[in-house]
Amino acid sequence: MSGAAEIGSVVTAVFLASSVEAVEALTIVLAVATVRGWRPAGFGALAGLAVLALVVAALGPALGLIPLRLVQGAIGVLLLLFGMRWLRKAILRASGVVAPHDEAKAFAAALGALHEQGARRIAGADWLAAVASFKAVLLEGLEVAFIVIALGAGRGLLVPASLSALAACLVVAAAGFVAYRPLARVPENALKFAVGALLSGFGLFWTGEGLGAPWPGGDWAILGFVAAFLAVGLAAIALARRADVETSR
Amino acid sequence: MRALAAALRRLAGLFVDDGALALSILAVVALAGVFAALAPSAPLLAGGVLAFGCLGVLLANALAATRR
Repeated sequence: MSGAAEIGSVVTAVFLASSVEAVEALTIVLAVATVRGWRPAGFGALAGLAVLALVVAALGPALGLIPLRLVQGAIGVLLLLFGMRWLRKAILRASGVVAPHDEAKAFAAALGALHEQGARRIAGADWLAAVASFKAVLLEGLEVAFIVIALGAGRGLLVPASLSALAACLVVAAAGFVAYRPLARVPENALKFAVGALLSGFGLFWTGEGLGAPWPGGDWAILGFVAAFLAVGLAAIALARRADVETSR
Repeated sequence: MRALAAALRRLAGLFVDDGALALSILAVVALAGVFAALAPSAPLLAGGVLAFGCLGVLLANALAATRR
């Protein structure tokens, strides 16, 4: 795969994955802003982003000190675990086995909890609201940080991967700021399905490289793996739906 | 201590949602590693085990979850 194609595939995967996580974090931050105002919401979100930047800045370059094959193998296995977990969840949601993630419902639940704090006049309710915002950004951001480090650090693409994640977060934040409500219309499950296949494809490739198994076609094999994961995922959805119909007869 | 345990649980949760899926993936990787170590002259064998193993694990796990 050429340099530009490699950068493009990594940047795309990071952007899409980060968008999914940013939508989930935005839901909580918006709930905090709606109930307690933008000050605690913004303060908590910025503090979360600062901690995440420290994690990426500390861990990314440190990976450069470990032999590349070892890094690729370890990160490959983690990407497989992470990507196939997303893919499985998206398959089960798409086939109706698990209820789809509902941002509007998550927003309402967060609003309810924050209103309860306000009603009970908890001392330092603003502080608690800021912590809720901080936690949401930090926890969802940890997944973004892992994806940035996993896809970027092994190939010396940490800067484009970080910029792609930042761009995704800014786009989602801007959309949320304009709409001032959770982005419930984002096809989160379809995105999760596609990103799960992308991450699993990268994970499979790097795990093989780590084991010393050269892939036919070199880096282009990644595209083949992504296509294979998408095909198996779609087949799993179709089979699960058919099984569901037969059971309900 | 409780906060540390919660943080570690959250960290593990990034990679493990369904224990059977995670264990199956690790088993496939270990099996591919055994093939890579025992048959270095046929590296495609280890790759094949890894690729088809992971795809098979995903399909089997998703279908098993729908039957539960």
